[in-house]
Amino acid sequence: MSRLGATFDRLQRLDEKGLITFITAGDPNLSATVPALKKLADAGADVLELGVPFTDPEADGPAIQRSSERALLNRVTLRKTCEQVALFRQHDEVTPVVLMGYMNPILALGIDPFAQLAADSGVDGLIVVNLPPEEAAELNAALSPRGIDLILLVAPTTPIERIEALASSGSGFLYYVSIKGITGADHLDVTDVAQRVASIKKTTDLPVSVGFGIKTPEAAAAVAKVADAVVVGSALVDILGGENAFEESLKELHALTSALKRAIRAC
Amino acid sequence: MYRHRAGDNELPDSAGHFGPYGGRFVAETLMSALDELTQVYQDALDDPTFVADFKTDLARYVGRPSPLYEAKRFAAKAGNARVFLKREDLNHTGAHKINNTIGQALLASRMGKRRIIAETGAGQHGVATATVAARLGAECTVYMGSTDIERQKPNVYRMKMLGAHVQAVDSGSKTLKDAMNEAMRDWVTNIDTTHYIIGSVAGPHPYPVMVRDFQAVIGEECREQCLEQIGQLPDILIACVGGGSNAMGLFYPFLHDSTVSMIGVEAGGEGMHTSRHAAPLNGGTPGVLHGANTYLMADEDGLILDTHSISAGLDYPGVGPEHAYLKDAGRVKYVTVTDEEALNAFRLLSECEGIVPALESAHALAQAVKTSESSDVEDVIVVNLSGRGDKDLETVARIDGVSL
Repeated sequence: MSRLGATFDRLQRLDEKGLITFITAGDPNLSATVPALKKLADAGADVLELGVPFTDPEADGPAIQRSSERALLNRVTLRKTCEQVALFRQHDEVTPVVLMGYMNPILALGIDPFAQLAADSGVDGLIVVNLPPEEAAELNAALSPRGIDLILLVAPTTPIERIEALASSGSGFLYYVSIKGITGADHLDVTDVAQRVASIKKTTDLPVSVGFGIKTPEAAAAVAKVADAVVVGSALVDILGGENAFEESLKELHALTSALKRAIRAC
Repeated sequence: MYRHRAGDNELPDSAGHFGPYGGRFVAETLMSALDELTQVYQDALDDPTFVADFKTDLARYVGRPSPLYEAKRFAAKAGNARVFLKREDLNHTGAHKINNTIGQALLASRMGKRRIIAETGAGQHGVATATVAARLGAECTVYMGSTDIERQKPNVYRMKMLGAHVQAVDSGSKTLKDAMNEAMRDWVTNIDTTHYIIGSVAGPHPYPVMVRDFQAVIGEECREQCLEQIGQLPDILIACVGGGSNAMGLFYPFLHDSTVSMIGVEAGGEGMHTSRHAAPLNGGTPGVLHGANTYLMADEDGLILDTHSISAGLDYPGVGPEHAYLKDAGRVKYVTVTDEEALNAFRLLSECEGIVPALESAHALAQAVKTSESSDVEDVIVVNLSGRGDKDLETVARIDGVSL
């Protein structure tokens, strides 16, 4: 079974909801990434999302834009991102890693060479923000035989018939974008999210995770009541991009991640 | 509204693909809005009222048809061929951009969207958008890179006069591509109330086909004017290509005329031997940016490169997907013109015809000089004079060491 499948199975057995954390590869520098991933897993993250830096992150808010810019100053590319996953795998064979990024770096590497590199590096899933399923056939054909899940996004604006189509073509889990907006936005409406997630879950057996705009343990707990997993990104990324020394940032990362997981467990 | 004729290019397909190019590479949140826009646009094409409203606005508000003018003194200095200028600079707001914003404003009204956003580079599209928003009484925000705000001050002030909010964009290269990123972020956040008027034949489907169809009035008029004024079709069409809307508008109605050759002119900046240019069709590779698969200026890791052109309107790392298709098909030849060549043409047209062209259009004029040198005396060249150059006087004055 895939790492993602095993993780969601374990959560279901424990009757527990998952925590998915996001940081950007190479932020604030390349040597920070493996220690940060280890710290997040230690603190209770069930799935690790790793952002692939891109020059034009058109769906991201200021926090993740800045993290991408910091990583690009370190010349961190898709290839180097995969290298970091491979290094992380020397320490952790269990925690799933999902890459999240934009389409052009994948095309530049080549769809098939990328899929092979990702598989060899121990990548479990891929979220491509600007790739709707209509354009995803070639990529999916390269990922699927290698056991890498192409995780599809569902938005508040996605009509129900389309959700059914997304549910049948996606794998791993479905990622519900909790707001009309960009990552890290401020207008999360938990009641609305609950209704939408309930209707998505009627259409699919895939786990449904919810992200965009969830920053605090309280918000994470509220969303975890209705979803299978909660994604937190901008709040963690801001810690790594802060003024503190790296050791201090790692401690903060651990503290916030543990608090998020505790809140999710208690919900 | 452009009416398709037998023999026209039948592309794109229903998903917006021009061969391998185009399509829809956007965040899921935008998909339903793009579906809605596609449907509203299709319905509008079949609605005689919409078509009549569009034509009336172009005639009475924009001042169409724009003249086709024979630039005899320019032609004599340039070389052998006869040179005609399609005078899009004489449109209301001073460029071809308004043809598209008029059309999209009518669509925004049909969709009941009361807020309009746009990206702009040179400011021409921003002005054209602010203009139609003022006329609709709609709220309007225009995103503009802070580098471009600096070099196109007159247009920034015009937009403000028209009641638009000009939002400076400080991320990335602070030019057109970053303005487009920010406009897309706004759109995804305000999708229920807002229509995004993309200013070129770029972006996700249906923008490339829709903007082309609105701009095709240029080529349609030009074809009729050539037949009427000179009794023949032109031999060569020349237009500058940033995103490529003025070029697509001129070329499209001629694509099935096999005797008409076409040249699209990209910004060669400081030269193609340097990295300081904005010519994806000549120096780029296919990839995905801003919703479409097309030629891009990107490095080997797929990261988008900073571009350079003296002309803010051409300073963009991508290009409309139909141009990518026409390049591969060999139907249109794409060349580059440097900043210096464009400046020389800017001065030449000003001095010998009394017409100050936009720096964007000056790229097409510079190519007309090159093409004319190797042409026959009977050859007829039409240059799309896509905009007027008032907005560029400060840029040119600075190069001349003059402070305005």
